[in-house]
Amino acid sequence: MRILESYLKSYFIVKTKRPVNLDIGTIKLPITSYVSILHRVSGVVLFLAVALMLWVLDMSLASKQSFQSLKECLSSPIAQFVIWAALAALAYHVVAGIRHLIMDLGVGEDSFETGRRSAWLVVVVAVAVIISLAGWIFLW
Amino acid sequence: MVSSVTSLGRSGLSDWLVQRVSALVMTAYIFFMVGYFVINPSPSFEQWQALHGSLAMRIFSLLTILSIAAHAWIGMWCVLTDYITVRLIGPKATPIRMFLQLAMIALILLYVVWAIDILWGI
Repeated sequence: MRILESYLKSYFIVKTKRPVNLDIGTIKLPITSYVSILHRVSGVVLFLAVALMLWVLDMSLASKQSFQSLKECLSSPIAQFVIWAALAALAYHVVAGIRHLIMDLGVGEDSFETGRRSAWLVVVVAVAVIISLAGWIFLW
Repeated sequence: MVSSVTSLGRSGLSDWLVQRVSALVMTAYIFFMVGYFVINPSPSFEQWQALHGSLAMRIFSLLTILSIAAHAWIGMWCVLTDYITVRLIGPKATPIRMFLQLAMIALILLYVVWAIDILWGI
């Protein structure tokens, strides 16, 4: 009984002393948090962009006429910008996702410092890929 | 385990694995497509149709859309159950989240049916 009593007492003491403010809006976030949040945001964007990708696939395969009209549609700057934005979200999501897969293998998860470095690497690689995509889409 | 009835595998470990396997399938598809466009930047309709009309490519594309379906289900479930909560947006959170989850599932099913229709209509 005494053990139970002390257990309950310590439980409630711990409970009442727990920090209640974990409002992330008031905490300065490290780069790893921004990389993670952006991974989520890009994921939600991509979920909706699947409709666009399927539409493009449908147009490209339905008939020779629809293939041609898709080509004409994709020559407009607005359409190119939309495609670039969707592919940019995809590029970022894949790069950040590969970081997760590498960490799942046990690589680069030994300290916060390596996590911070790999998060920066995600930003650098993603920006490079997104700029190359812009070059490919707008200049090609 | 309270709200896991709407998750894909009803278990965190199962969802974790499905998320990674589907990620690998989709990444393989992306790298294949990038490679295709590097080799042939501007395919003709006939070339493009021949590629997607082959059985191997149909299976690859089907696996990819099924991976998209599972991956999006798990990912959107995580996001919805994290942010559309009573603590964050008030007492109406539960009906709103239920509506969004059902809409999400409906959209995923639409994507899968649409993709099969495209691939087997070539």
